[in-house]
Amino acid sequence: MPRRMSADYPPHPAPPVLPPPPLGASLPAERWPSPDELLAIHRSMLRARLVEERIVELYRQNRITGGCYSGIGNEATAVGIAFPMHNEDVLVPTHRDMGAHLVRGHSALEVFRQYFKRASSQTGGKDSGLHLGREGSNIVGMISHLAHMLPVAVGVALAERQKGNPAFVVTTVGDGASSLGDFHESLNFAAVQKLPVLFVIENNQYAYSTPITLQYACERLSDRAKGYGMFGEDVDGTDVVLVVDAARRARERGMRGEGPTLLNAVTMRMRGHSEHDDFKYVPKALFEAWSAYDPLLRLEKRLVEQHLATTADLERWREALGIELDRAVDEAWAEPEPAGAEAARDVYRRWDESWTPPTGAERWGSSS
Amino acid sequence: MSETTYIEAIRLAMIEEMERDQSVFLIGEDIGHFGGAFKATQGLLERFGKERVVDTPIAEALIMGVSVGAAIRGLRPVAEMQFADFVTCGFSQLVENAGTFHYRLKVSVPMVVRLPSGGGVGGGPYHSRNPEAWFCHAPGLKVVAPATAADAHGLLKSAIRDPDPVVFLEQKWLYRREKGVLQSGDDALVPLGKARVAREGRHLTLVTYANGVPMAVEAADRLRAQGIEIEVIDLRSLAPWDHQTVLASVEKTGRLLVLSEATRTGSFASEVAAHVAELGFESLDAPILRVTAPDAPTPSEKNLEAYFRPNTEKLVDAVSVLMRY
Repeated sequence: MPRRMSADYPPHPAPPVLPPPPLGASLPAERWPSPDELLAIHRSMLRARLVEERIVELYRQNRITGGCYSGIGNEATAVGIAFPMHNEDVLVPTHRDMGAHLVRGHSALEVFRQYFKRASSQTGGKDSGLHLGREGSNIVGMISHLAHMLPVAVGVALAERQKGNPAFVVTTVGDGASSLGDFHESLNFAAVQKLPVLFVIENNQYAYSTPITLQYACERLSDRAKGYGMFGEDVDGTDVVLVVDAARRARERGMRGEGPTLLNAVTMRMRGHSEHDDFKYVPKALFEAWSAYDPLLRLEKRLVEQHLATTADLERWREALGIELDRAVDEAWAEPEPAGAEAARDVYRRWDESWTPPTGAERWGSSS
Repeated sequence: MSETTYIEAIRLAMIEEMERDQSVFLIGEDIGHFGGAFKATQGLLERFGKERVVDTPIAEALIMGVSVGAAIRGLRPVAEMQFADFVTCGFSQLVENAGTFHYRLKVSVPMVVRLPSGGGVGGGPYHSRNPEAWFCHAPGLKVVAPATAADAHGLLKSAIRDPDPVVFLEQKWLYRREKGVLQSGDDALVPLGKARVAREGRHLTLVTYANGVPMAVEAADRLRAQGIEIEVIDLRSLAPWDHQTVLASVEKTGRLLVLSEATRTGSFASEVAAHVAELGFESLDAPILRVTAPDAPTPSEKNLEAYFRPNTEKLVDAVSVLMRY
């Protein structure tokens, strides 16, 4: 059999180079965030961007090891879906939602501790990345099986309803995880039970190296909502004003008892899947087209146009935040590593030491 | 005192715990109006309402994931798999999600998954599974496998009150064959991690659990007439498991036979054997033997299944081998 030539395997068809929707798509005046809200949204997006820029830099310096997944380019979606949430609402995020973590109460210091795997981090070095969410907080700590968090989010909504709490649940997946069975099972059941959940697809064009053209054949992922009997819509995931509005309407819908919403936030992953990935498989033209829609720069342009900030203000805020974050990096870095013996602890909430079978190692003279 | 069947003991345990604690609720397929494939939840929808007896679509991963989500928010879900075999569809949620929350974030996951397990009912490859070893190999999960009505009742109550995810293996074969007297109130509770000595003996230790227990007790009773006294240990819990009771018994008898209805390689019987080989070697007068199913899926036809499953005759054979030492 003749060997196949590489020409038989053309590169994957890239996603279409989208002309993103026009800036400031028409939104009725009464649905615009107030000036104070816009400034607060900007603070969160800027913080998310700068925290992640530092994480990328620390990875390059080998001070962060393992997977390093950034949400650069996703700030408008991550901040936009979290911003309208109330105190009692619950966030079930995934790995590119730095902005949502920061809006919902995690600090930059907690994030750096977690990335450095310090004893003081929420997971004590047992897990890494954005797998944050302590008991009693309204943020649920994700696992790496991203779609698995969707049934968990549905369970959270079911539990809060059963307890009589009027809480809304916001959960996210990427275009990649939207292909798993958990997605179908969760949306279907949430609709049957009319649970107040916002399912967000952060549709950033690629699941690792696989473009959306190889992932689904429907025109818009939000079209799936109709099949489940729920409301669904697309939103420009780089325009935070539109994302906030869509998330607000989803919350209103959920709290009125009208069930879940599917939001397909169209955005672009501006870095590799993880920081080890040089993402050469992404065509340059696609990057260039999306670069014009940097979510943070779009918002900053708007702040200046609306006279809510000057370019000098923006520069000053960025500098002040940078100093604060550098301090947090230093503080987290200086904290102690966990002791090795922690590795086998806290597997269970209730465990009697007599239950642990001895290894017998002591008989062989081992010191372990 | 009137006797209660194994399945009724399970139903009563759920009713009692739901009455005791508002946060306990049931979730699964066909568990509401229909009362469950084996009627373990019959009458509970009428008694507790649809918020606490939640019928789901056929979606095992969803059932597991929703249980995890509800448990981390302080409820105590008791999920039913229609047959233990279908837990494979929800396996990842249980092993990866439920089993890791406390280790990672010290978040308690107080959920129970009930698995109607085991063979002997002509169920074939997809309705006869004994999946316990998979879950014993998944740190973060607790695994229990009662053999009597009182233990089914008491262990399910303890499992529901436990702050960790518990895989509860219940035996279809025992559902209506096994009967016993139940205790009431807290006297009924059976602690996790504590074995039961089902028969005392001094010549050989026979360790087993679940469907293996009635086979072992029958073999012990039969051999007693021949002057062979077998100590039958019903483990009841597999994770944690009562290694101390097993080792103390082997110290007394010098012989160990382990019986599991599951397939052989990597079975829980292998774990017990390995542990005693490591820590009880000096007590042993004979090799450790295992009686298990062969490494094959469970066949459906009765001759095939009879060949496949352990039984009293196979145990008596293995005992006679060990008694030659």
